[in-house]
Amino acid sequence: MNPSIQLRLYASLNRFSPRDGADYPIQSGISIQELAIDLHIPLDQVKLIFIDGQRETLETRLHGGERVALFPPVGGG
Amino acid sequence: MVASGWPFSRRWVVADMVLTRLNTDIDSHAINRIMPDGAPYRSLSSKSVTCLSKNHGVDGRDVEIAALQQQVMPERYVRNRNTLSLEDQIRLLKSCVAVVGLGGLGGAVTELLARTGIGSLKLIDGDRFEDSNLNRQILASHNSLHQSKAEMARHRVREINESVRVSAFQDFLTDSNGLELLAGADVGVDCLDTLPGRFILERVARTLEIPMISAALAGMFAQITTIFPEDPGLKQIYGDPRDAPEKGAETHLGTLAPAAMLAASLEAAEVIRVILNRKEILRNRLLVVDLFTSQMEVMQLNGNDQKS
Repeated sequence: MNPSIQLRLYASLNRFSPRDGADYPIQSGISIQELAIDLHIPLDQVKLIFIDGQRETLETRLHGGERVALFPPVGGG
Repeated sequence: MVASGWPFSRRWVVADMVLTRLNTDIDSHAINRIMPDGAPYRSLSSKSVTCLSKNHGVDGRDVEIAALQQQVMPERYVRNRNTLSLEDQIRLLKSCVAVVGLGGLGGAVTELLARTGIGSLKLIDGDRFEDSNLNRQILASHNSLHQSKAEMARHRVREINESVRVSAFQDFLTDSNGLELLAGADVGVDCLDTLPGRFILERVARTLEIPMISAALAGMFAQITTIFPEDPGLKQIYGDPRDAPEKGAETHLGTLAPAAMLAASLEAAEVIRVILNRKEILRNRLLVVDLFTSQMEVMQLNGNDQKS
């Protein structure tokens, strides 16, 4: 069975959300950057990355079971 | 040394006499009332606060502080009990908060802080109200269109709590005017709508060695964090300030009223927690809220510079 993650894309990234984001299959060892490219998310729009609530980077690799949240820059008031 | 001492001691005696007279007057204006939970208390009406403030030539908040110090509750704050103790209320009344940006976030933050009883407010915005503000900005109305946001915010505070000491500045915050505008503030609240503006406030707050609370929104999404002078701060959220764009996702998603009001409430609550030294503040943490999915989560920013 393929590993999977819980993927949440916030604000303007939400439009890139896959239908199966709640249980999104990945290849073990895939980086956040590779995941974003697969989902056609422009990398310059990925400003904040949290894995299980901790801030991480585009280079961080996933192995399944993680909660992944991606945010664009947000500055409105 | 001895010769230069006497005017100060005389001033103390005069101040003491004024305070004694004020305390006596507070006592004579106070009436006995019962809290909803049955606890008796001594109450001072907002009308009495205004009257004593005029008679004694002091700010309303000074009357309220003196009242609270003798266990008399200004009636306007009675519903703050017992979540806020008398000591908490005194501390808030003695505090000065600078609200920078008076749009969707800042207008509501001002309203909430004035009602809670923050004693001094510095209200800073160089902008005027326009039609596109009406969807979310609590101070934007048909009557306030084209009026100064700072002036309308000052007017609103006077309407809802005239005990609050208000200074309004119709200026945009810059690196050159920031220290002057925020001088004397205990906390800065970032209610701005550009990323460079937010970094300016962060630099000013660092120089003044005061904490800053920062919120931002896009569409139905909002985020908030608290930054102390020694913290890595906004670069953990937006990256290097030199590379930061002017605006974020809000250019595409707009800014909606529920997100603005909620983020303002979260900021106001955080201001209160920071002033009262409560433990669970959002330092090095980012609270994110998505109002389309009713999700709210606190993320850890770490303070790890390698990830900035």
